[in-house]
Amino acid sequence: MVASGSKCRSCKAPAVIDLPRHNANFCAEHLLQLCRRQMSKAIDDYDMFGPDDRILVAVSGGKDSLAVWDMLIEAGYRADGLYVGLGIGDYSDESTEHVTAFAADRGLHLITVDLRDTFGYDIPTAARATKRAPCSACGMSKRHLFDQAAIDGGYDVVVTGHNLDDEAAVLLGNVLHWDIEYLARQLPVLPAQHGFPRKAKPLVRLTERETAAWCLLRGIDYLVEECPIAAGNRHLHHKDVLNAIERESPSTKSAFYLNFIDNMAPLLAEQSAAASGDLRRCVRCGAPTTGETCAFCRLVDTASAHDPVPVELVLGKRGRR
Amino acid sequence: MLVKMRNPKREIEVDGDRTVNHLLDALDLVRESHLVICNGTLVPGDARLAHDDTVEIRPVISGGA
Repeated sequence: MVASGSKCRSCKAPAVIDLPRHNANFCAEHLLQLCRRQMSKAIDDYDMFGPDDRILVAVSGGKDSLAVWDMLIEAGYRADGLYVGLGIGDYSDESTEHVTAFAADRGLHLITVDLRDTFGYDIPTAARATKRAPCSACGMSKRHLFDQAAIDGGYDVVVTGHNLDDEAAVLLGNVLHWDIEYLARQLPVLPAQHGFPRKAKPLVRLTERETAAWCLLRGIDYLVEECPIAAGNRHLHHKDVLNAIERESPSTKSAFYLNFIDNMAPLLAEQSAAASGDLRRCVRCGAPTTGETCAFCRLVDTASAHDPVPVELVLGKRGRR
Repeated sequence: MLVKMRNPKREIEVDGDRTVNHLLDALDLVRESHLVICNGTLVPGDARLAHDDTVEIRPVISGGA
């Protein structure tokens, strides 16, 4: 390899990455500094949490969740991890290895919940039993268990590794369908209310190329392979569309999401308040719900009664190989 | 040069010296969706890759939401 001609914007050392959205190149040290500053700005601007709060980080073994856990610990926050074993074949086995190694190497506290061991089902089986998209059963299971663990463990906030690409893709999907209720809830921080814990997304100002670079430069051994079930899903298609736009017009993606948060979300706040008015406690688990039994408990009933389904039977379009 | 790719995991041989951006273009890959690692080091788009380099093209897009 011949050294590149591009120099770091901050120190003029040889660059390791080009970030067109910042119209700049960065060396390793200043790329890490940029990531720290962007996370810190998100935490401060959106009043996510403070230095004394106990944080529960939802970790998957992928780059974003391990990056946010690493960045929070480095910044001096008190953060434990929560990992949910989803039972998605080899993918879940490898995820478990990456998460447990990350926590053990750094002496961090990791809470693990295994869906099959604890609730008698896994994601492939839940998808088949409910005849719904696997990502739907997965997302609902994880959200419920994150909420429950945070409440039970007395944590002040649940943190997830959602990044700018994730949020922009979800926003695009919600805009394409003008789903006002979802739009109103798509915020970088949701307050503790109606029995739900506070939830925050400190990486919303960082792209996934930047979080991946953080992991690489910090020596974080994350699971690079994507979930075989998610492969080819609509969310990934929305990311591809946004990246095609970004290629022609750098920084459009961040403008799309961050200007939505600044300019549009306040106008939708009333809608959000109205949508969460009729919640009560699930008679089984005590979680907030609109019905007698919450969606998670209904999922457990249906999925745990079904014969186990191997992951190969529910692979996404691009996951079949 | 030897180019390691993911999803699915595979290795391909690419002829000739070229920049990172040219390599991504030749493989029809979007820069915003990938990191390029040459001989273990992260490199920017204008870095020139040599025929004896080992290059990893790492996708950064994940499907969870």
